[in-house]
Amino acid sequence: MSKTHVTTVVNDDPVEFLTDPSTTLLDALRDHLGLTGAKEGCGSGDCGACSVIVDGRLVCACLMLAPEAEGRRIETIEGMAQGGALHPLQQKFLEHAALQCGFCTPGILVAAKALLAENPDPSETEVRYYLAGNLCRCTGYDKVVRAVMDAAADLRQVRRA
Amino acid sequence: MTGVLEKPAAAELKVVGTRPIRPDGVDKVTGRAQYGADYVMPGMLFGRIKRSPHAHARIVSIDTKKARALAGVKAVITAADLPNLASEEYEAGEGGGDLRDLSLNVMARGKALYEGHAVAAVAAISPVIAEAALDLIEVKYEPLPHVIDVEAAMAPDAPVLHERMFTQGLPEASSKPSNISRVNKLGRGDLEAGFAEADVVVEGRYVTKGVHQGYIEPHACLASFSEDGQSTVWSSSQGQFMVRTYCSKLLDLEAANIRVIPAEIGGGFGGKTTVYLEPLALALSRLSGRPVKMVMSREEVFRATGPTSGAVIEVKLGAKRDGTITAADIVLKYQAGAFAGSPVGAGSMTAMACYNIPNVAITGYDVVTNTPKVAAYRAPGAPISAFGVESAIDELALKLEMDPIDIRVKNGVASGMQAVYGPTYNSIAYLDTLEAIRKSEHYAAPLGPNQGRGLAVGFWFNIGGESSGAVHINDDGSAVVVTANPDIGGSRASMAMMAAEVLGLPVEQVRPVVGDTTAIGFSGLTGGSRVTFATGMAVTRAAEKVVEDLRRRAALTWDTAVENVAWENGQAVCLDPAKDVKPLTLKQLAARSGRTGGPISGEVSLTAQGAGPGFAVHLCDVEIDRETGHVKIVRYTAAQDVGRAIHPSYVEGQIQGGVAQGVGWALNEEYIYDKDGRMENPGFLDYRVPVASDLPMIDAIMIETAPNPRHPFGAKGVGEVPIVPPLAAVANAVRSALGVRFHELPMSPPKIRAALDAQG
Repeated sequence: MSKTHVTTVVNDDPVEFLTDPSTTLLDALRDHLGLTGAKEGCGSGDCGACSVIVDGRLVCACLMLAPEAEGRRIETIEGMAQGGALHPLQQKFLEHAALQCGFCTPGILVAAKALLAENPDPSETEVRYYLAGNLCRCTGYDKVVRAVMDAAADLRQVRRA
Repeated sequence: MTGVLEKPAAAELKVVGTRPIRPDGVDKVTGRAQYGADYVMPGMLFGRIKRSPHAHARIVSIDTKKARALAGVKAVITAADLPNLASEEYEAGEGGGDLRDLSLNVMARGKALYEGHAVAAVAAISPVIAEAALDLIEVKYEPLPHVIDVEAAMAPDAPVLHERMFTQGLPEASSKPSNISRVNKLGRGDLEAGFAEADVVVEGRYVTKGVHQGYIEPHACLASFSEDGQSTVWSSSQGQFMVRTYCSKLLDLEAANIRVIPAEIGGGFGGKTTVYLEPLALALSRLSGRPVKMVMSREEVFRATGPTSGAVIEVKLGAKRDGTITAADIVLKYQAGAFAGSPVGAGSMTAMACYNIPNVAITGYDVVTNTPKVAAYRAPGAPISAFGVESAIDELALKLEMDPIDIRVKNGVASGMQAVYGPTYNSIAYLDTLEAIRKSEHYAAPLGPNQGRGLAVGFWFNIGGESSGAVHINDDGSAVVVTANPDIGGSRASMAMMAAEVLGLPVEQVRPVVGDTTAIGFSGLTGGSRVTFATGMAVTRAAEKVVEDLRRRAALTWDTAVENVAWENGQAVCLDPAKDVKPLTLKQLAARSGRTGGPISGEVSLTAQGAGPGFAVHLCDVEIDRETGHVKIVRYTAAQDVGRAIHPSYVEGQIQGGVAQGVGWALNEEYIYDKDGRMENPGFLDYRVPVASDLPMIDAIMIETAPNPRHPFGAKGVGEVPIVPPLAAVANAVRSALGVRFHELPMSPPKIRAALDAQG
């Protein structure tokens, strides 16, 4: 099987890689680019542990083929903290103890970032429905939802300032 | 009392009871943390497993010739390449069982006992080639009749899984092979007399389905076997020493030659207290001379790991008119999966542990079935029996027109009473936990239309066991804590906090690590809600040892007796009136350690006794969508006897997480089999665990009125008991909303719809 050459942008960095056409974006990120923050929990788009943002849209990286990344802009968990400072969502997850094992956490953070980009002032119900594609088996979601709401409030303050 | 420590009052504690940011947190929110599947090595191969498509079949032959001939395939193994072990009992915390069974579960020999049972494994230079090689392995099966349902497996004419299994625990030894591996009986008093005294009797038969632990991280490992016999395994598990022991036993290797490095673990809930991949990866690595990585798919996780038992629970209770329960007769039938060892024993012991009843008989059946060998799942066995018992208590309360808390208080256990399963309770706060729910705003809140409220309670033993902990003081006065317990839910934070409390350091100056099997003494599994209790005790003792040493060094410096040196707020203070000296800080003492006896460090290995049991009282409100049959959890409050919370946020997290899993068990989760015994829903789309929109906020109330006298800071295990009450709490709420009792889980929309239709 001949390889496909893919040129794309990941976390603002231009990257190129060769891949089998059948490789998923998730496997390309993890195996070709060494970005293992996105996790495979199911490989079928049901758990959200591999959530990434592609051209501003939240997707499961396990459901997208790597060659489809050609010419796109991809944001992963590894690009969320900027210049040595955590993103407010990351900080709030720590403060609220919104993670236990931490395996679903990168996916949830990426999804929450996509949510707040669409809706800076979500209600609890809106947070719960937006994150319904991200399974967490440890927390019961209580502290996750609180952390997202708290980060949203902080980000609104920053925007107003 | 001997062995009982003076507890520091909460007000004296500076670190314990606060909510610092967990030390491993940043790595986990930035994607840096390395889980089982994140490890790579140069020259690494990819391992895959060939699995039985049959629920029960004789393996006539396995031909691996074509697979071995495929370019890029470096090793192929079957059971013939692994030691054929004799039967030998082993212990492993909540696990334990027979080594031969464990070996046969890792790789089938002669017979495949469930769909998904491993029959061969390959290692190849790419996952694609490894997959292709699986298709080239030719296995000839002779399919056999299978049995999934627990009662069907108990029937005299059921297909027999193990020709040499004869029921243990019968009055007379049986000579006929049976799927019932064991019958255990437990109880006290005179059952007949108890029922004769009763004014009211309730009877019910309850059914639960097999459910999976559902950790989001599939099993994964990387193994590298060297030519001199030394090997390294990186794996995600609930115990690196467990992995070492099992690899050593299953492959007949010396433990000293196996180093197991714990990866971060993406959830376990008991399901990672055993091995599936590691021995195979090591065997493939040995054969190929290359490192081998193995990662399960979600489908493999469902078909071949976990789950916990499906069960039948029969409950008969008798009570006097005033609510005094006089007798309880309980029969538990638990699926063990393909090999003996369901958690029916724990289910029996916990079933009536919240109740002080004179006449009790509990009979438990451990039954093998053509399903994956069950693995521990959070308070193994207890949620199942509690579903039956707490549903029956609810029925009794309804019949007697009693408040659900009143009936439980009237019959509830307190310190000094003997548990049905034997021990006498000491320092328990069960009644306080019930009263906390009674006092909650939730208990008095009005219900809306189509809503109902349910209450249920639960018990879990918690365990202690073997643990090691080390505290090393760095030359700048900061500290490192080493333990050997994988951190699933924030335990590194509580380890650091307990050490910081003893040393008098800010918690940020104490960095905890989870060491590999060569870094520190043996520790049992992360399981049984034991880590904060038992390993916390080892860490505390190690820190105390360090403080003793620091006092000795200060005394040496001041030329005074060690009794004249106190340790206060992270510094040595001289109590000798003859000396006019300033206190010595930990930093100063660390800087001069070379002149006072060398490195400052303490390690303690111990067997922790006296884990205080956990009690939980849950209150749940549901709302029924009469059109779709959907049950929505609209409010949930969980109170729990926690002894003392070391890091309250992570204690709340355990409670909330246990509730969520229990709600999933109650409402949606189940293994569904087709007529051929194949699982029909091996994915998260069809095996539906709770998502964020299924749940409300979960109010966690921590009861700290009975600190554990055996733990330096009063901690009791907290992780497991919160999954015990929810099954019945939800069922009792549905009963309250609909006036119909559901005897079978899950209470999924089709079942609710059917009940509504029957109501007309």
